[in-house]
Amino acid sequence: MTSAAPPLPERRSFLHGVSVVLYRYPFLSIIALLLPILLWIGVIYLGSLTAMLAQGFFYLDGFTGRIVREFTLRTYQELLLQQNIDIFLRTILMAASVTLTCALLAFPLAYFMARFASGRTKALLYLGVMLPLWSSYLVRIYAWKLILAQEGIIGWLANALGLTGVLDAVLSIPGIGGPSLSFSIVGVYLVFVYIWLPYMILPINAALERVPKSVIEASGDLGARPGYTFRRIILPLAFPGVVAGSIFTFSLTLGDYIIPGVFGNSSYFIGQAVLVQQGTAGNIPLAAAMTVVPILVMGVYLLGARWLGAFDAL
Amino acid sequence: MNGKSVAVSLVNVRRHFGEVKAVDDVSLDVYDGEFFSMLGPSGSGKTTCLRLIAGFERPSGGQILLHGWDVGGVPPYDRDVNTVFQDYALFPHMTVGRNVAYGLMIKRVPKAERERRVGEMLELVRLSGMENRKPSQLSGGQRQRVALARALVNRPSVLLLDEPLGALDLKLRQQMQIELKNIQQQVGITFIYVTHDQEEALTMSDRLAVFNHGQIEQVGSPAEVYERPATTFVAGFVGTSNVIDAGVARQIVGEAATLSIRPEKIHLSSPDAAVPAESYSVHGTVQDVVYLGMYTRYLVELETSPRAHLAVMQQNLETTSMDVLTIRGKRVQLIWRRDFTRTLQRTEIVEESGV
Amino acid sequence: MRSDASFVNRAGIGLRAASTAVLIFLHFPILLIFLYAFNTEEAAYTFPPPGLTFDWFGVLLKRSDFWNALGLSLVVALVSTMIAVVLGTLAALAIYRSKFFGRDAISLMIILPIALPGIVTGIALRSALNISGLNFSFWTIVIGHATFCVVTVYNNVVARLRRTNYSQVEASMDLGASIWQTFRYVILPNIATALLAGGMLSFALSFDEVIVTTFTAGQQQTLPIWIFSQLQRPRDRPVTNVAALFVVATTLVPILLAYRFTRESGET
Repeated sequence: MTSAAPPLPERRSFLHGVSVVLYRYPFLSIIALLLPILLWIGVIYLGSLTAMLAQGFFYLDGFTGRIVREFTLRTYQELLLQQNIDIFLRTILMAASVTLTCALLAFPLAYFMARFASGRTKALLYLGVMLPLWSSYLVRIYAWKLILAQEGIIGWLANALGLTGVLDAVLSIPGIGGPSLSFSIVGVYLVFVYIWLPYMILPINAALERVPKSVIEASGDLGARPGYTFRRIILPLAFPGVVAGSIFTFSLTLGDYIIPGVFGNSSYFIGQAVLVQQGTAGNIPLAAAMTVVPILVMGVYLLGARWLGAFDAL
Repeated sequence: MNGKSVAVSLVNVRRHFGEVKAVDDVSLDVYDGEFFSMLGPSGSGKTTCLRLIAGFERPSGGQILLHGWDVGGVPPYDRDVNTVFQDYALFPHMTVGRNVAYGLMIKRVPKAERERRVGEMLELVRLSGMENRKPSQLSGGQRQRVALARALVNRPSVLLLDEPLGALDLKLRQQMQIELKNIQQQVGITFIYVTHDQEEALTMSDRLAVFNHGQIEQVGSPAEVYERPATTFVAGFVGTSNVIDAGVARQIVGEAATLSIRPEKIHLSSPDAAVPAESYSVHGTVQDVVYLGMYTRYLVELETSPRAHLAVMQQNLETTSMDVLTIRGKRVQLIWRRDFTRTLQRTEIVEESGV
Repeated sequence: MRSDASFVNRAGIGLRAASTAVLIFLHFPILLIFLYAFNTEEAAYTFPPPGLTFDWFGVLLKRSDFWNALGLSLVVALVSTMIAVVLGTLAALAIYRSKFFGRDAISLMIILPIALPGIVTGIALRSALNISGLNFSFWTIVIGHATFCVVTVYNNVVARLRRTNYSQVEASMDLGASIWQTFRYVILPNIATALLAGGMLSFALSFDEVIVTTFTAGQQQTLPIWIFSQLQRPRDRPVTNVAALFVVATTLVPILLAYRFTRESGET
């Protein structure tokens, strides 16, 4: 029954032949498509990460100032020094407060966009969140230098409203205060919240957009008061969005050294400590070891987020 | 066979997705110029069969022959077969004209000939003058016809149609059924038509295959399949049929076999009516009457043990809606000719829509 | 958040006020940049500015270090984006329809450079560069940028491919087009605007990046690094103000374009 002479197409180029082979062995095309990215990220990026983590097992000889390439745990042990623990706790605490504040500020706008805005208004609001997110990070930081400076707009406002006393009281709180808002932990906190806020609004909005109107109406129809609907229906459905947003705010705060550098006082955050160790101190092993902390924190965070189903909201 | 040459031949074809046997040992010959339907509920393997012939899926076992050529490792673009997709699969970024010309452009048909053939084809599907529209500007029925033109313009030896009318409303669907059949007769190309709609398959096909659970239960002409269903599944899926269990059948025909009898073949008579020769009869009580305009459907509970039910369909030639309703609750005699009774092979009776 | 009856259908005053306040909070600092670019004052950030002038624009025009940094940033962003477009598109094509083992791992791998804090990526690349003995150059910056830019292209293209009907691809092959022809005539036109949008975002991401660049740039100054160094030079404040205005205005362009590209296709 099988004929030996198939009706051959008139032209059989090399590319056509490759195309036929890819049809017969679909996994070949997947491998071909993935090879570049596997080489680039798999080798360059993951390779770099591994190289860096490995350097944490070397140590800096304090007398010669040379890096000794011998396996040791002493660099990782240095992470447990009280001064380093303080840095880690300070950073994690900052990341947590920034995340919490961002969630609180983001929710009303995200909710308004998802439930009440439509058409043009919605498009404008969406752009209104996108533009600050994508406009220059450093310029936005710089803008806050203008706002927080002693002679800047906040000082002017406090003066005009007769609230200079309140501002001074805040700045005199030990630990978080400072000579002016532009050199204090409060300032660092304010700028972090400002810079990362759009990263929180968008995922919450995405999660809320996916709550069908009928679900809310069904809840009302079943006799739930609006407050109850909000707590029991809308909040739980929006939660994965909050978690997704918090991945950004948390991770970005953990690794940032520019904002605490520009606005902070002498108490370091992780990013600054790593920068100093690898730069001026020349202690690359310690810098590498220190990066393990944000990696671990984010690893735990991502696992938790995955468990909560937050990746669907990204 | 029949002196006609075979266009498509499936030989013990299997297609498994992990544990799921989508197509399980199917053998089938489709002849040149035939309108052939593959009928079955969703998940019965008919669409997978079509995709195997097109080359979108590769068989786990068996052979697929196109005019005798084994196309096992041949990609869709080297097969002389074209497909009309269920969702039409028009290219949204191209105009109607460029959609239809696509296959010719790929084959590097010269521009003048290309334009001529596209024009002819659009005329055939009554879409002349729509060349420059985008698919999004067309109605469902028009998109369907563009999809048809796009496939036919390549003059394939076999055209595959995957539930092409599924998305259209009833009126349009009936109109398109006639149109499709006409077009098929005009171009003389073999059509293999996948549908879950038994009425569609019966009206349009020269022959049809009834699929169930990845296997073919019966192949034949519409009349054969309708009047002589081979299995309980076919009897239940193609048209409606009364399936009588062996136990009940023994009390009516004196033989223990699973039987089928079409509702319209049964006569509703008075309890003491004489039974003609070569006929079966059984007594029962009318339980329910549904007036359907042209017809009335009666549900009769039989005086058998265990009690069974038969549906009876009678044309309302001389009865009105008032007349038929008075029969409810009355004792009747059901009479039908012996040769209308079919002995069935017992297969699973499938509900209207599976997965 | 209160339980009044209008809750389900109309936004309450509280919600409207809170949303407006957040929007003002987001935009006010950027507007301030516009105001300060015209400030006559040289050394401080006094509010309100004592006077307004156009003079600083002329001063910036003569600052070759600014223009060099701008040029470097543009080229870096362009080359990184081209690499990211190729890598991201190929990966998206591989991932979106197949369900092979390790598919999630690859998605995670692509997101990782942007999910991990920038300082981790920065130090990691720097230590790898140290070990490999490569000199810091234009290309070391590009390697870093392309790595974290892939994700924007990948995400956009995967999202578009998921919305594209796969039967189009089958139809194309059914009509005689090989894999290559199908890519050129069917897949590429379908993902074109997603590619543009992803590319624009990738460009903006690269153009603005400072943390990773600090570790991979050596002596070269990209625009963000230039701005960062300006932040520590109080005498240059007026020039920084004008440069900031310029940067904000130019980054708006790719973002608005990317937004248009994703919206247009979302409507059909």
